Amino acid sequence: MRIHFKTTYNHDIRLFADRTTFLKYAALLVFAVALPFLIGDFYLGEATNVLIWAIAGLGLMLLTGQTGQVSLGHAAFLALGAYSNLILLDKGVPFIISFPLAGIITGVVGTIIAIPALRLHGIYLAIATMAISILADDIIVLTERWTGGVVGMFPPTIDIFGFEIERWTQPDRFYYLVLFTAVVCTLIYRNLLRSPLGRAFAAVRDSEVSAAAMGVHIARTKMTAFGISCAITGLGGALMGYYSGMVNNETFTIVISIQLLMMIVIGGLGSIHGAFFGAFVVAFLPQGLSIAKGWFGTSSVAIPGLEFGVFGMILVLFILFEPDGIYGRWVKTRIWFELFPFARKDMFKRQKSYLKTERLR
Amino acid sequence: MSLLEIKNITLKFGGVTAVDNLSFSVEEGEVYAIVGPNGAGKSTVFNLISRFYDPVSGSIEFDGHNLLDHPPERIADFGIARTFQNIELFDNASVLQNLLVGRHRHRNTNMIQEILFTPKVRREEIAHREAVEEVIDFLDLQPYRDKLIAGLPYGIRKVVELARALASGPKLLLLDEPASGLSVEETQDLRWWIDDIRKQMGITVLMVEHDMGLVSSVCDRVLALADGAKLAEGTPAEVQANPAVIEAYLGVGAA
Repeated sequence: MRIHFKTTYNHDIRLFADRTTFLKYAALLVFAVALPFLIGDFYLGEATNVLIWAIAGLGLMLLTGQTGQVSLGHAAFLALGAYSNLILLDKGVPFIISFPLAGIITGVVGTIIAIPALRLHGIYLAIATMAISILADDIIVLTERWTGGVVGMFPPTIDIFGFEIERWTQPDRFYYLVLFTAVVCTLIYRNLLRSPLGRAFAAVRDSEVSAAAMGVHIARTKMTAFGISCAITGLGGALMGYYSGMVNNETFTIVISIQLLMMIVIGGLGSIHGAFFGAFVVAFLPQGLSIAKGWFGTSSVAIPGLEFGVFGMILVLFILFEPDGIYGRWVKTRIWFELFPFARKDMFKRQKSYLKTERLR
Repeated sequence: MSLLEIKNITLKFGGVTAVDNLSFSVEEGEVYAIVGPNGAGKSTVFNLISRFYDPVSGSIEFDGHNLLDHPPERIADFGIARTFQNIELFDNASVLQNLLVGRHRHRNTNMIQEILFTPKVRREEIAHREAVEEVIDFLDLQPYRDKLIAGLPYGIRKVVELARALASGPKLLLLDEPASGLSVEETQDLRWWIDDIRKQMGITVLMVEHDMGLVSSVCDRVLALADGAKLAEGTPAEVQANPAVIEAYLGVGAA
């Protein structure tokens, strides 16, 4: 086990604990940048999909994992991000402005929606936000003038100062755009964690009453969390719009909301790693299943609901056996190797899951 | 003028009068204790000062401010920090992060600056950490600095909660049963700390406590409550000798 002898306060504040950790993440980034040269277009598309889900997951993670506010409405914010980007482009706004603006618009709307939702906790908040998801479908159809309704909208080629990114013919360029966004969102998340606002989020999650006694404005903090969360999710939605090649009222359904929430639970609530791990599961599960069907010689048979059944089963197993998700398992495995052969079986007996901190009121 | 002045305050929960026309004041630099049997309204008085409850009538003045004009999250800004009877720490955060939340009232940066982590945020962070480190040093919490609260024993959590309150740099410290559940040694440590908090840091302490040994050794004045009303007020010895107090604790005829 590595022991850090801290000699300056900056040691505590900096992004990476030590040189080894820094080099590991640098290597990961180099690998991510080199990926288009290593794999074919199909798998590059899948990698892009993972990163887009991870961006959306980071958004929800900030709200649910960090601030403790459950949301089943994030598909609506994905839709809002996608549509505001496309409508702005339609009005002749260049992509370099419309893309970040889509995030900001989603963030502002999210903050406003948070105001009535502030008084709700736990399952009640989940149900209220679920309503937003269901409403989104109807709103898209009703505002057909701008959104194209059931016919939908088709994302044009991205143009950044004459540099063109066409999602189908230039998957490598699109991948780099997504990777860049993912890195920026991760940095935002990480910076928040090490500053007063991020700690206020955690304080609201763990004990509202003592957070208030320490001078944390509960309502304002929750609204800020909703705002930043929705902004990041909106960016993810804009990219998801490009990835799917067409958006209409059925692109971002309630199912996407549920999938997002399951994804961060499986990945590990409250950690940046969790959003990425969860995204891997969500993005690769359909592929994994079709490969598995091939083993049984049933690849031509369509089994309705198979994907959701398997997904639900994975979720149940995680909640029962590893509430800390894949990231929790990852940390435990790492500690087991670091301490070898001194790791004890009941070392994590005292671990608590985030879900248990939801109190009955 | 007194640092904290509570005048004729009354609080009702439905038909129950939890605090009944209570008045008392805490002078700057003293250690003041509230004692009384269970359900006497001691913690309720704390929650009134923290503004978690709205009184029916009366006033609470602190350092020239009428606290009843302000919401709960503004109370810390005036320099009032508190601990809770049933420890209310942030369980899934480290000791250091808990203490840093205590510094929240000194936050001078906004969301945008923090997202970009500008040099100003870094400077402020270092200043917060310096302040927190002094408290960690004062309460001997060095071995637990980076540990998660969820894994710490009860006695340590009590100290962390005290540390978090001190980290905010208060003028008035509200301690809700600081010695409950502590061992004899831990209570002894607490006695020295309360003494040092008053003498070295110049912080006024208002506490609710059942341990009369601790109360009589550190407190200047004691207020005895029963059924939300004042029973007696004075030095620990005076209050302990008061017949009404003995009656409330032990029943009629015990004296």
